[in-house]
Amino acid sequence: MSGRRGVDLRVIALPWRARVLWITLACLAAVLAALTFGIVAGSSRMGVADVWTTLLGAGSRTYQFIVFELRLPRVAAGIGVGLCLGLAGALTQTFSRNPLATPDILGVTSGASAGAVTAIVIGGGGYSVGASLLGFGIPVVATVGGLLAAAVVYGLSWRQGVDSFRLILIGIGVTAILSGLTNYLLVRAQITQATAATQWLVGSLSGVSWASVWPLAVVLAIVLPFALTQSAPLEINQLGDEFSTGLGVAVQRHRTLVIVAAVVLTSAAVSAAGPVEFVAFVAPQVARRLARTARPPLIASALVGAALVTLADVMARAALGTEIPVGVVTAIVGAPYLIWLITRPNLKERA
Amino acid sequence: MTTSEPMLHADTVTLGYDRHTVFTGLDLQIEPGTVTTLIGANGCGKSTLLKAFGRLLAPSAGHIKLGGTSVRHLSARAVARRLAILPQKPLTPAATSVRDLVMRGRHPHQTLLRPWSGHDARLVDDALAATGMTELADRDVTSLSGGQLQRAWIALVLAQDTPVILLDEPTTFLDLSHQLEVLRLVRRINADQGSTIVMVLHDLSLAARYSDRLVVLHEGRVLADGEPWQVITPEVLAAAFGLEALVIADPASGRPMVVPLEPTTAGAAESDSTELASEQSDARSDVHEGRRASQAG
Repeated sequence: MSGRRGVDLRVIALPWRARVLWITLACLAAVLAALTFGIVAGSSRMGVADVWTTLLGAGSRTYQFIVFELRLPRVAAGIGVGLCLGLAGALTQTFSRNPLATPDILGVTSGASAGAVTAIVIGGGGYSVGASLLGFGIPVVATVGGLLAAAVVYGLSWRQGVDSFRLILIGIGVTAILSGLTNYLLVRAQITQATAATQWLVGSLSGVSWASVWPLAVVLAIVLPFALTQSAPLEINQLGDEFSTGLGVAVQRHRTLVIVAAVVLTSAAVSAAGPVEFVAFVAPQVARRLARTARPPLIASALVGAALVTLADVMARAALGTEIPVGVVTAIVGAPYLIWLITRPNLKERA
Repeated sequence: MTTSEPMLHADTVTLGYDRHTVFTGLDLQIEPGTVTTLIGANGCGKSTLLKAFGRLLAPSAGHIKLGGTSVRHLSARAVARRLAILPQKPLTPAATSVRDLVMRGRHPHQTLLRPWSGHDARLVDDALAATGMTELADRDVTSLSGGQLQRAWIALVLAQDTPVILLDEPTTFLDLSHQLEVLRLVRRINADQGSTIVMVLHDLSLAARYSDRLVVLHEGRVLADGEPWQVITPEVLAAAFGLEALVIADPASGRPMVVPLEPTTAGAAESDSTELASEQSDARSDVHEGRRASQAG
């Protein structure tokens, strides 16, 4: 295991681990590759070189239209959703010291789903209305539902501070109630509404436009730097709450900040694309195994999430012929890779 | 901080969990540069008091004072720069080298722009050397033996570079030679750096051997407090632990050593014990004289 190295430039001094650094760069390369494939794939043919000349501002007018108006919004939304979910997953799994703890247990996802399905079933008359609602109404309702549910979970978990186990158990309980509500609405809904709602519930990038991308970009621009400031406390907290306090971490404040960050990120992702499954769980675990660190590295987790969502969307659009919602594919692509990483016989460190 | 201020002061504190109160109005002062050990039966509140000293548990009344300032008015980070605490059951992180683990001790001294510095690296090297962990620095902590892991934790606490160190049962789960190794290390840290050390131990003889002062806690109060020979007496042992025992002089250190008696043979052992008892009082008077001599000098 390579240790920490560092540079000391008096004002700023930064440590790094060589492996984490190059794994992060490799993940960034994977995201750029996924971005390229995401733009190449489609009905009109484009080469990789065409994509990059156009992205860098030198493409023909046709290519510019195809890239910037038709394909890039969807790919950018996929990257944004993946970054949000990967980072939210890394934060949740780290603060709770539990690899099974995804942001779903904070109540955001089930709350957003219940909100969105309620809006579709009660508000929308049919799929077309549901689809137009995707432009504005559904994301807002989903965000409100998600934040409300998260607030309820957090409020009920509070007893002289938030204990991770208590939070997980209450989160599971609240999620079960909201899933029950969502299922009830689906069963009672008309078939067209139910189809629209199911489409949303699986998680899909088909309806996105630049309008869906900007909120993701804003949230990431604010939350990502903030999350990085919590990196050291997250690492210290792996030693337990008492040791963290002894090492000067204000544990409850840190935990609240991390939970709020994870909730905001998840909420942004879910309102843009619906609850894309499995990304928040699998991306941090993949990143951690690649980097061989004590906890999921934040930036690499976000990048793995982005690569996963984008590649899954390419496969959903192109490789499988008919258009399939991305959420169906993320688990099918992500899970085998994680299982392979865990069962690889020569891995020094185990789950 | 004036010299009259104790390093740590539990100023009439009430401590407990939820509705269960362990101490009411407890007052205890810890002098700088000493090794103090809290002893007592299971559940007597040793760890509770240590946690309160370490700001892990807030008293419901009274104040814990660190160098005269109530820790309630200090941030976790400000306390962590002056006081290090090794909790009883730290979690061992996965995929972490010993050096990375010990590096975490520098956290209270680091800032957002300087999460690492050459000075930190040097203090980590010093802590590894002091605990004999230099050669194991690149090993994964999950691959260490119990004794090595305990030394790694102590190295982390040392890297924190604080004048006060609290250790909650640092010898638990260790075999005798590793227990001795840890306690000798504690004495060496105290001697080399003048650290004030407060710890919780279960082994009374080892506590007597390696501490300047013992504090016996029983039913929410201080039952006995003082130098080992003043505190480790058959009467105190009977009251604090319900233990019938002889106290003899440890031939190696001259400190008191506890020899528990079997309940059925207690009467039979009496005749044998007279000889021991006289030896014991000899040893005790030797020690007392020695102490007087050292105090005079």
